Amino acid sequence: MNDALQAHAPLESIEAVDLGLGAAGYIASRKISTAIYLAHHLQKPILVEGPAGVGKTELAKSVATWMQLPLIRMQCYEGLDESKALYEWKYGKQLLYTQILKDKINSVIGESDNLAVALNKLHDFGDIFFSHQFLEPRPLLRALEQPGGAVLLIDEIDKSDQEFEAFLLEILSDYQVTIPELGTIHAGTPPIVLLTSNSTRDLGDALKRRCLHLHIGFPDEKLEARIIASRVPGIDGRLLKQLVSFVQQLRVLDLKKVPSVSETIDWARVMVLLHASVLEVDLVRDTLNVLLKFEADIEVANKQIAGLTHKARQDAGVPA
Amino acid sequence: MSGFIAGAPSPSEPLRRFFQVARGAGLRVSAAEGIDAARAVDLVGFEDRTVLKDTLGLILAKTPEEKDLYDEAFELYFKRDEFAGKEADEDHAAGEMPQRGPQMGGDGMGGSGGQSLGDLLESDDRATLAAEMEKAAREAGVENIRFFTQKNLYARRILDRMGLRGLERDMEAMRQTGTPENLGRAQVLEGKVEQLRDAVRDFVERSLLLYAKGETEKFREELLKSARLSNIERRDMDRMRVLVRQMAKKLAARYAKTRRRRLRGQLDTRRTLRRNMGWGGIPFITVWKQKRIEKPRVMVLCDVSGSVAAMSGFLLMFLYALNEALSDIRSFAFAGSLIEVSDILEKEPVEQAIAKIMQTIGYGSSNYGNSFSDFEDGWMQFVNNKTTVIILGDGRGNRTDPRTDVIGRLSQRCKRIIWLNPEYRSAWGTGDSDMYRYAPFCSLVTVCNTLRQLERVITDILEDAA
Repeated sequence: MNDALQAHAPLESIEAVDLGLGAAGYIASRKISTAIYLAHHLQKPILVEGPAGVGKTELAKSVATWMQLPLIRMQCYEGLDESKALYEWKYGKQLLYTQILKDKINSVIGESDNLAVALNKLHDFGDIFFSHQFLEPRPLLRALEQPGGAVLLIDEIDKSDQEFEAFLLEILSDYQVTIPELGTIHAGTPPIVLLTSNSTRDLGDALKRRCLHLHIGFPDEKLEARIIASRVPGIDGRLLKQLVSFVQQLRVLDLKKVPSVSETIDWARVMVLLHASVLEVDLVRDTLNVLLKFEADIEVANKQIAGLTHKARQDAGVPA
Repeated sequence: MSGFIAGAPSPSEPLRRFFQVARGAGLRVSAAEGIDAARAVDLVGFEDRTVLKDTLGLILAKTPEEKDLYDEAFELYFKRDEFAGKEADEDHAAGEMPQRGPQMGGDGMGGSGGQSLGDLLESDDRATLAAEMEKAAREAGVENIRFFTQKNLYARRILDRMGLRGLERDMEAMRQTGTPENLGRAQVLEGKVEQLRDAVRDFVERSLLLYAKGETEKFREELLKSARLSNIERRDMDRMRVLVRQMAKKLAARYAKTRRRRLRGQLDTRRTLRRNMGWGGIPFITVWKQKRIEKPRVMVLCDVSGSVAAMSGFLLMFLYALNEALSDIRSFAFAGSLIEVSDILEKEPVEQAIAKIMQTIGYGSSNYGNSFSDFEDGWMQFVNNKTTVIILGDGRGNRTDPRTDVIGRLSQRCKRIIWLNPEYRSAWGTGDSDMYRYAPFCSLVTVCNTLRQLERVITDILEDAA
């Protein structure tokens, strides 16, 4: 793995991104590699959209592993605000210091004759209570402050409020944040920013305009086979073909929630655990709940299992 | 390129034309995105089409629908390059055209231009011809084409710029000499010119598709939005459905946002103290009072009788869209009597839902009095002082008892009644119209017969409810 981690120039070409992500265990389509490549060179965040379980979050993790950068993750939810995302003052510490100051105040003010002189002396201490020492950096600020850069993952941005989205704009376009008491903080090395969204609501145009827009759909048969092979080492090639073919067929059915890549991986692991080498109808029926998460979906699929399995075996060239 | 920021790479000519095409296809390509795209293309280059397509797609297309539009536009636009051949491709990438080929221009230059065009045609040099055609088209400003009636005009302009007039004169001269050799040559050229004409016409047609699609589509949509709903023709139904859906989606997005709004500057003392208990009640964290915004509770009564049959399809369509947009809505349809249709609208896809409703209760002659008393018997109990009641109908009860007493009681119970009438105001109160008898009980009575009016009224309703 080490030879692939050429930390000095890992992003020199799209192929290099391909290789690097591959070494980190992420099989990327060409489009994904292009996006990462551009994000680095144009210094733009990537907005990743697509159905659940196609590897949106995984992409960020793999980029971090490959580039050997810290991954800073921020999970969005309704009601997330800047005190949880950006920074907060350490109130407890401030309070403690106030207490200490109370005891020491006499020695500081000393023998000042009047209030004006005493206040002036206090002013000399500056705004110690609103300095870096008392600042608790939250994910966004931490990402900006990493000396060697970082991978910042803002997960499920569609779950956050619209106000929060607006607040992100400054960070996304200029890689800086403004803290009223301290001024503007710039990123030393701009982090690689990935935002993910499941499209539960439409994001604002302003946000979209600042990002590269990457849509990850379900992979085709070949790519999915490569992904499974890398995630489930030691899987039999023929079994792999059958699994993938079966899942691809399932995705065409009218299901409430079609199985995504992560489900295929789970299923493949189950098959390996069960020492299966060929898909059998009974085996599929017993393990279908790994792939499908709704009772209604399982019922729909159950009716067609025989046909689907047969087709999958044919595709993989297994004699009936 | 006055709008561009100094220092930023300005997009090269083919890229700029592609932006125009993309805009025509319905993508929003702002100046900033143009710059980003140009920077990205600088990085990846034009050589690899798939990479180029992915790259531009990442920057220009922002939703799955836009991705589809983008794919289409990209294929259409860059297919023309392939037709022009590899040579023209390289010219594009370099952003300059070779200075060979015929001198373009007026009739004075016709001789040499025609000579050259004739040579090209005779030598069958397709690549150069295609490049010439592209160049002539650019000079003729083919990207400004908007309507199909302009096709011939642009084809003529392109041919002129390629030097056709001069060539025609030369051919005439050849024929006049009368030698068999010259006559034969003229005849061969004649055929080639015909082919060229076809090629140019084809080219202009593709350009029309490329550049004008968005414009015409937009024009048509604008027209539809302000056309009377009862006048819309069958062939526009699909487009209309898309428009209605868009409108409903827009409304839904606008009102799905947070329903709490901070009242700035009003401290919530109780909650602040509780929040700061840990610090001995010293208020480090302040809590501000918040105002909860109520969701609109809406009940819609829609007339589906024969007199408004032309309208009711659209009203139901809108009702359907509204049903998707608002969570707390109950819908009713009536003609002779009244039924609740919320379930149908919720469960069936739009087409079937409308057909089913029309089948169950539609057409027939309307009896407002009867329908209102049905409503009172069945659903009046669910109306409270937060409910907005919307009635869509012409108020023509075929001289039956209008039962204004029911509407009176309804108006006392609910927050307000809004009556949307597809008829012009001048027709109200004429014949069997009871509009003016209902009007006193309504907080708003308004004419509503175009999509645009419908949108405005619904926006007002949602806004007031907020």
